[in-house]
Amino acid sequence: MSNAIKPHPLPDPRTRFVADARPSVQKLYEQVALIRNFEERLLDLFEAGELFGTTHCYIGQEANAAGIINHLGVDDIVFSNHRCHGHFLTYADRPDLLMGELMGRASGLVGGRGGSQHICHSNFYSNGVQGGIVPAATGMALAEKIKGSGAVAVVFLGDGTLGQGVVYESLNMASLWGAPVVFVVENNRWAQSTPVERELAGDMVARGAAFGIDAGQIDSTDAEELYAHFQVIFEKVRATNRPHFEVIHTYRLCHHSKSDDMRPEDEIARFRANEPLPKLRARLAPAIAQRIDEAVAKRVDDAIVWARAQPFPEPGGLGHSLIPPRRKSSSLDQP
Amino acid sequence: MSQTVLKSLNQALHDLMARDERVVLIGEDLLDPYGGAFKVVKGLSSLYPERVFTSPISEAGFTGIASGMAMRGLRPIVEIMFGDFLMLAADQLLNHITKYRWMYNEQVTVPMVIRAPMGARRGYGPTHSQSIEKHFIGMPGLRVVAPSPFHDPGALLTHAVIHDDEPVIFVENKLMYSRLLKEATSNARLGDLFVRVSADAYPTVTLSYDAFTHADVTLVAYGGMAEIAEAAAEKLLFEDEVYCELVFPSCIQPVALAPILASLARSGHLVVCEEGSQTAGWGAEVVAQVSTKAFDLLQQAPARVAAMEYPIANTRTLEDFILPQVDDIVEAVRATLSKPRTDQLHVVRG
Repeated sequence: MSNAIKPHPLPDPRTRFVADARPSVQKLYEQVALIRNFEERLLDLFEAGELFGTTHCYIGQEANAAGIINHLGVDDIVFSNHRCHGHFLTYADRPDLLMGELMGRASGLVGGRGGSQHICHSNFYSNGVQGGIVPAATGMALAEKIKGSGAVAVVFLGDGTLGQGVVYESLNMASLWGAPVVFVVENNRWAQSTPVERELAGDMVARGAAFGIDAGQIDSTDAEELYAHFQVIFEKVRATNRPHFEVIHTYRLCHHSKSDDMRPEDEIARFRANEPLPKLRARLAPAIAQRIDEAVAKRVDDAIVWARAQPFPEPGGLGHSLIPPRRKSSSLDQP
Repeated sequence: MSQTVLKSLNQALHDLMARDERVVLIGEDLLDPYGGAFKVVKGLSSLYPERVFTSPISEAGFTGIASGMAMRGLRPIVEIMFGDFLMLAADQLLNHITKYRWMYNEQVTVPMVIRAPMGARRGYGPTHSQSIEKHFIGMPGLRVVAPSPFHDPGALLTHAVIHDDEPVIFVENKLMYSRLLKEATSNARLGDLFVRVSADAYPTVTLSYDAFTHADVTLVAYGGMAEIAEAAAEKLLFEDEVYCELVFPSCIQPVALAPILASLARSGHLVVCEEGSQTAGWGAEVVAQVSTKAFDLLQQAPARVAAMEYPIANTRTLEDFILPQVDDIVEAVRATLSKPRTDQLHVVRG
């Protein structure tokens, strides 16, 4: 099965980022623009009825993915959540495989089995239940520490996820057992339709610090600033083999999932003035920005064309099963 | 060889950790000299301190941590102090552990074993006595193993940890820990009983009083109910001259149906025993599978023996009343033998 996109010869985000000789701001802009373009296109595809189910867009938060994931090497681990497209695109640089998955195709990331929020590729994982991924990411980091691989893990939470008790169980054990994992809280100020002040009491950063974990925060939608900020964090985590807890105050410019936005218009407008894409674009020569925009749009176009041409999975080809497959109607089981 | 179930499990864990550095233990109160609430992991933290993680009281968290370790190449064993607490990890099992392998299009496996001491008859009361495995047999992607003294629990545990790439819930009946193994091998005798052991990785043991030539009833039981079913079979033989065949699977999900059907072909009567409460239980699944696959083998309506639909009381009189006992099985066998089906001509067997 040919891919729409020739996979980059360098497998991991950090090596790719470092090997690219262009100025950092150009590289970051290209990544942020790819996520933005990809998600705007997929919202159109939803409107056109080409995608299944639902999706959770990352629009407005793209600088976080670029600021964090470019620090990850070949063995490092990402565990993402329901809002995972931006994380994945930065990690793997494979819009074709993600689009194939969103279109439910056999050659999508996980063969159409998972869809938007349940994907896996190399050392990237995501799942759709809030908070439940946090212990698994902690365990992965511990396993790498036990194996001596030197790999670290990063797990993405949101402000809403801080309502889940298993997050605190994980923070506690990550600290007790010294797991090299970075807990990133993307505080986009809304848990679905509930504003953060209605779902979260007290202090976010103190929640990490309370477990003896180094904890900090940054209020930024600037990918360059975030990239520099997380460079220090990852260097420290690799050196100490200890966890870190970091809150990014950001904003989700889009609805929670498709078409369910009831937030105040003036609030959205205020944050739109501070959003990551134009912020980076203003630092580029217009001709360069234009070239990047066109290249990104073409990659997403190619991904869509490729994904549309892929077959759906064959019903019946369900693959592995612990229980011998049975017919849905058990009366047909009669010998 | 006379060895307790506890010793068998403890020895298997020692062997596992000695032979395979991927094996790690996670759970509450695992450190020596305590060695776990039921002492199953005694001695291990002294020998392998870097691979025994004594945990905070965080079942969901440490079960999830073990799943992450399993996906990254380790072979974790989780100890849930009392099986009742497994529900605290229910989301990890339902939405994470049993999903990853298939949901990720088989790019990962989650080879982990969750040991869960279950069962009552020790006066621990409503939240420390249950047999809740029936709630987990309905989760696709999860194997549920439940040894009895008629199996080799240590060998089953070793297989689950090293050779099974599925997540496994390993049910250890608490009363069983102090029991001596009655390890049965095919074509040998176990006291008066003739023995057949299926060739499965998690074998089913079938016991017959009459060399597998004649049987009146097939009594199916697992875990802590196996010895109770054996006692009932003995009573029925002496008091009623009723020949029971005893079928003891060590894997309850997927249901090992073949040995049950093989016995039913001789007996035509089915009684299924479990220590948990009856509604939507393991017995219901067995009866349903037998009925849809081999209805013609049933000469009479099958019977289930299980706990009453109450919390398990602390005090002995009430605990005994709520739980399935030897006489409940005897009564079920007598009832099923006395109610012939009227919708078919009987083929007289044996």
